[in-house]
Amino acid sequence: MTNGTQTARVRRGAVASVALLVVFLAAWQWGPGLLGIPSFIVPPLSSVAAEFVRAWQVYHLPLHTGVTVAEVLAGFILGSLLGALVGYLLGMSPTAELALSPYILALQIAPKVAFAPLFILWMGFTVYPKILVAILIVFFPVMVNVLTAVRNVDPDLINLARAFKASRAQIFWRIEFPSSMPPMFAGLRIGSTLAVVGVVVGELVGGNLGLGYLLTFGEGQANTPMVFVSIVMLTLVGGIAYVAVIVVERRVLHYLPARGVAGSL
Amino acid sequence: MAVVRLEYRNVTMRFADAKGGGALTAVRGVSFSVRDAEVVSLIGPTGCGKSTLLNIGSGLVAPSEGAAFVDGQRVAGPNAQVAFMLQKDLLLPWRTVAENVMFGVEIQGLPPKERKRRAATLLANFKLAEFSAHYPHQLSGGMRQRVALARTLAVDPHVLLLDEPFSAVDAQTRMILQHDLAQTLKQANKTALLITHDLAEAVTLSNRVLVMSRRPGTIIDEIAIELPQRDNPMARRRDARFGDYVAQLMDRLDIAHVALEADVAPEREAEPAR
Repeated sequence: MTNGTQTARVRRGAVASVALLVVFLAAWQWGPGLLGIPSFIVPPLSSVAAEFVRAWQVYHLPLHTGVTVAEVLAGFILGSLLGALVGYLLGMSPTAELALSPYILALQIAPKVAFAPLFILWMGFTVYPKILVAILIVFFPVMVNVLTAVRNVDPDLINLARAFKASRAQIFWRIEFPSSMPPMFAGLRIGSTLAVVGVVVGELVGGNLGLGYLLTFGEGQANTPMVFVSIVMLTLVGGIAYVAVIVVERRVLHYLPARGVAGSL
Repeated sequence: MAVVRLEYRNVTMRFADAKGGGALTAVRGVSFSVRDAEVVSLIGPTGCGKSTLLNIGSGLVAPSEGAAFVDGQRVAGPNAQVAFMLQKDLLLPWRTVAENVMFGVEIQGLPPKERKRRAATLLANFKLAEFSAHYPHQLSGGMRQRVALARTLAVDPHVLLLDEPFSAVDAQTRMILQHDLAQTLKQANKTALLITHDLAEAVTLSNRVLVMSRRPGTIIDEIAIELPQRDNPMARRRDARFGDYVAQLMDRLDIAHVALEADVAPEREAEPAR
């Protein structure tokens, strides 16, 4: 395939994508009215937009968004660091992995969001239980990907380094660590969206701050537009987190052959 | 008169059986030596333990019995006198070509200035200077294998252990790489042990060819290649006696028999993952 047809295809795709968005927004605005759906079930776009302005001015939307963003950031960063650390440790010690694998598996199967009420019991209506749920939920994809990556490093590469008399630390920093980067970023991408899920569930369960709280608040008042505003903002937060990971990934993994548009998102 | 660079004395290697039961003998009682600046090829059927011998020589594994010696020193672990190169180029994708060439000398702690000088010299010799800043995925298979050879030479080893270094590239590229290798070995006066399946490669590149039996591998024959111009494989290929040597090796290997077997036998079963 030539570069020209590739570019043309990307452009066609982008145009179709924008057209789809316009159709969707139009359907949102006029669809419910045409179909006779009451506005407390599906509020039209304009009333959600009006609610957005009201929430911004009256209900401290920026504050709630800021709190959620901070929790997502803290949970994502701490969860990723912890996941990567444990992944490297277990990856380098097969014995430890064997000993711990049943418990890790059990924790992985347990729905992490189910811990939210427990954490709130422990830590009260603060930001900490939300961060903790996010840490727990981000931990696994990162850890599993790093662990698998360390385990799958070509043994011949390790032998090559050993033949040059590399120390254990040199083998780690020059071979195992860089080898684990691509799978680790795959884990971070998943983690970035899961972090939002963890935080929202925490906020739904208890507290009076954050977009999750705003969501339950709107629900309690039967304010459907506010529920929609919260969902849109949460999607935005998750999207920005995801894109941020991709931007860093592109920098770090610059040496990889360029991937198609589909591969980058 | 010439010094012995690499020597195997009565080397036997046993591995635990895959089923955990008895031991599997990969090589038995192998003794041979390679003199300074000599190139010796090791040929033999799949699974005869050729690669095991290479691992023992590079100090990555210890033999069950016997020992390998490099420059008269018993090999007790990896050492700076020996460097190996495999069929896989083992280039690190996150390092540029020059950084890959410097990998060994960097681990060995050479000053950065000297590392860069060596990499630049080697890359210029291999006509890869303009690709110094490229990443491995931007190179062809033949170029990558040349970078791997440059990395092997960068540590300035006395002995090169080459395990089917060109078996993954196409036939034309292989001939060019063989030529490069022959020239390099001759100019740098390096000693090499070359493991290969390619009989023509063994004949064109070496002073002597050692033939191994099927498992448990032992050396069953040694054929001196008395052709001129070891630094010019192309010329050797054109030599009238070239075909006779290849035919001789084919007979010794009992190729027809092995070829039938190879269809059913799993690849490299007895050779441990390196």
